[in-house]
Amino acid sequence: MRDTGPSDDMVRHVAPDGTAVGDVDVGLDEGDLRELLRLMVRARRLDRECMALQRQGELTVYPPFEGQEAAQVGSAFALGPSDFVFPSFRELAAAIARGVDVVEYLQYHRGTWHGGAYDPIAARFAPICVPVATQIVHAVGWALGAKLDGIGACALAYFGDGATSEGDFHEAANMAAVFRVPVVLFCQNNGWAISVPLSEQTAVPIARRAGGYGFPGVRVDGNDVLAVYAVTRAAVERARAGEGPTLIEAITYRIGPHTTADDATRYRAPEEVERWRRLDPIERYRRFLLGAGIVGEEFVAACEAEAEAWVAEVRTAVTALGPPPEDEMVAFAFAEPPTTLTREWRERTDA
Amino acid sequence: MPEFTMAAALNAALADALEEDPRTLVFGEDVGELGGVFRVTDGLQRRFGRERVFNTPIAEAGIAGLCVGLALTGWRPIAEIQFDGFSYPALDQVISHLAKYRMRTRGRVSMPVVIRIPSFGGIRGKEHHGESPETYFVHTAGLKVVVPSSPLDAYTLLRKAITDPDPVVFLEPKSRYWAKEEGELTSDGLPIGRARVLRNGDACALVAYGAMVARCLEAAEKLAPEGVECRVIDLRSLVPLDVEALADAARETGRVAVVHEAPQTLGMAAEIAARVMEVAFDHLEAPVARVTGLDVPYPPASLEHRFLPSVERIAAAVRRVVDY
Ligand SMILES: Cc1ncc(C[n+]2csc(CCOP(=O)(O)OP(=O)(O)O)c2C)c(N)n1
Ligand SMILES: [Mg+2]
Repeated sequence: MRDTGPSDDMVRHVAPDGTAVGDVDVGLDEGDLRELLRLMVRARRLDRECMALQRQGELTVYPPFEGQEAAQVGSAFALGPSDFVFPSFRELAAAIARGVDVVEYLQYHRGTWHGGAYDPIAARFAPICVPVATQIVHAVGWALGAKLDGIGACALAYFGDGATSEGDFHEAANMAAVFRVPVVLFCQNNGWAISVPLSEQTAVPIARRAGGYGFPGVRVDGNDVLAVYAVTRAAVERARAGEGPTLIEAITYRIGPHTTADDATRYRAPEEVERWRRLDPIERYRRFLLGAGIVGEEFVAACEAEAEAWVAEVRTAVTALGPPPEDEMVAFAFAEPPTTLTREWRERTDA
Repeated sequence: MPEFTMAAALNAALADALEEDPRTLVFGEDVGELGGVFRVTDGLQRRFGRERVFNTPIAEAGIAGLCVGLALTGWRPIAEIQFDGFSYPALDQVISHLAKYRMRTRGRVSMPVVIRIPSFGGIRGKEHHGESPETYFVHTAGLKVVVPSSPLDAYTLLRKAITDPDPVVFLEPKSRYWAKEEGELTSDGLPIGRARVLRNGDACALVAYGAMVARCLEAAEKLAPEGVECRVIDLRSLVPLDVEALADAARETGRVAVVHEAPQTLGMAAEIAARVMEVAFDHLEAPVARVTGLDVPYPPASLEHRFLPSVERIAAAVRRVVDY
C-alpha cells in the first residue's frame, strides 16, 4: 500500500487541523476566501446528491469526487475568464467553480448527451473526457493556438495519477515543453486508478517527471485549498508570461468508489479511507476561516443552507430531463449529413 | 447440469489455460486484485500469483506492445483491454506489429496472443463504453477475430483462441456477461472459423454475432406464428469467416438478413452480403438485408435503443425480404 501520510516536500499553507503554516497570504481578499468555502460546500452537496440520484436510477454511472473539492476548486479559482479548462470525467467541482451550467453538465451523467450539453467555447470548459489522458494533448493544442494568437490566456488540463501512464501524457508534456506553450498540467493524485494503487502505476513521484521534460513540477497538498490556489496561480502567471508549462501534482484522495459501478472495498482498506477522512479539505478550511475570524458559524450555516436550496433546484431540473429528440443523433453528426445517412434514418423512422 | 454466466465461463477458460500451460500470462488494467471491471479475471491473481496475473499501468499501446515482446520470448500473453473504446490507443501496435509479425519474419515468429475486449453496447453505458470496433480488426489482415454469443461457446472459443498460433482479438459482448446457460464446458467444441446454426428454418437466414444472436432468436420466435421460419446463424468467428455456412444458408433459404450493432458502412454485413452474392447469386430471392447501427457515433444511453437493432426492426427486415 502506498505511503499516504503527509509529505514534507509538498506546498502547504493550512495544516490538517486548520492552523496556518507560515504565511497564508495568497493574495485573495476576504470575499474570495469566503467564496472558496461556499464553492466547496456546494460541490460536495451536489456530489452526494448525484450519488443518491444514481442509486435512484435518475443518473447513469456516476464518478464521485468527494475528498477532491479543494484540489478542483482551488485550481479552477486561479484561472481568469479567458483561460480554458480541459477536464477528465471527475471534475464537476471544477465545473461549478468555473460557472458551468451544472444541469447541462449533468446531461452527461443523465445519459441524455455525451460530453455534457453546455457550450464548451462559451463555458471555457471542454466536453467531459473519458478516454484517459487524451484531453491533456488538447490542452497543449489549445495553448499553442492561444500563443499563436497572442491572447495571453492559458489552458489547464485536469487528469489523474493513472493518466500519467498513458503515452498521451508523455506526448503532451513533451510538446508543451518544446513549443513552450501556456499550459498548466494539473494532476489530481488521489492514490488510486480504479483498483490500481499509485505504486503499481509509477515508480517516481509524479511531480518529478516534469524535470525530464524541462519544466517545473510542483507538489502541493491537494486538500489545502489555499495552497492549491497559490501554486496554480503561480503556474498560470508563469504560463501567461510566456515561460511555458508547469506540472502540478496535487496530493489528494478519492473518498468514494471509482464510480457507482465500483466496489472499492475489494481493493483498499477501510483504515486508509478513515485516515483520509480526517484530512478532509472542507473541514480543514472551515476551521481555518473560523480560526482566522474571516467567517463565523452563521456564515458556514448559511453556505450549507444555500447549497441545499441550490441542489434541490438542480435535482428538479435534472430529473425533469427527458431524452433528446431522436433525430439529434443524426443532425449533429455532420455539418451536412451524407445522403446515405439521411436515407438510413428515413428508412428507420418510416418503419 | 452446471450453469454458467458468460463471465464465469470466460473466467474458467482463463483459469484452465493458466493451469494447463505455464507459459500463459494474464494482464491488463485492474485484472489483479479487483478481477477486472467485469470480474472475468476474478480470483486468478490469488490462484496463479502476481507474476502470471498482473495489473498494468493505464497504457493500452503498452499492453499491446508488451504482447509482441512477450510472444518473442515464447510466452503466451492473454491481455485485457478494459473497454472497446479504449482499444484505440492499442491499434498502432496491433495493426503495425501484432498482425504483421509472422509475415515480416517469413513465418519464423508466431504471435500466439489473445487480446480480450469487452465490447458492444446495450448496457446504457457511458461514452466509449458501447463501441463496436470489429471492423477495425477484421479489416486488419493477420488477425483472427472472434465473438462469442453464449457462455458455453465463450469457453470453447477462448480456449481455442489461447492455443491458436496467430493473434486473436476476442470481443466479448458485455451486455451478455450475465446471461446464463446450462451444460458442460469443453475445449473440444467447434473450431475458430466455423459458424453454428442455432435454429432451423427455410424462409430466411438471420446472420449475427455477439448480443445480436439472442435478438435474432427472439425475432425468429416472433415470426414463427406468422409462418415465417428463420434459420439463425451465430457467426462466432468474423475472421476466418465461415463462407460455406453462409453459402448453404443462401442456397437453402434464398434470403439472408445480417444483423449487427456496428454502424452500417463497411460493417460485417457489407462483407457478408458480398460473399453471399459471390457464392450464391443464382439462389437469392431478395437482396441481402442489413439491420445495423446507424452511421453516427454511438449515442447517449437514452437514444441507444434507436441506434441498436431491435427485435421489431429485425422482424420487419425479415418480412421485407420474404415479401420481396
Ligand atoms: C484510455 C482509457 N483506458 C482505460 C480507461 C478506463 N478507466 C476509466 S478511469 C480509469 C482510471 C483513471 O485513474 P486516474 O487517472 O488516477 O483518475 P481517477 O479515476 O483516479 O480520477 C480507467 C482505467 C479509460 N477511461 N480510458
Ligand atoms: Mg487516481
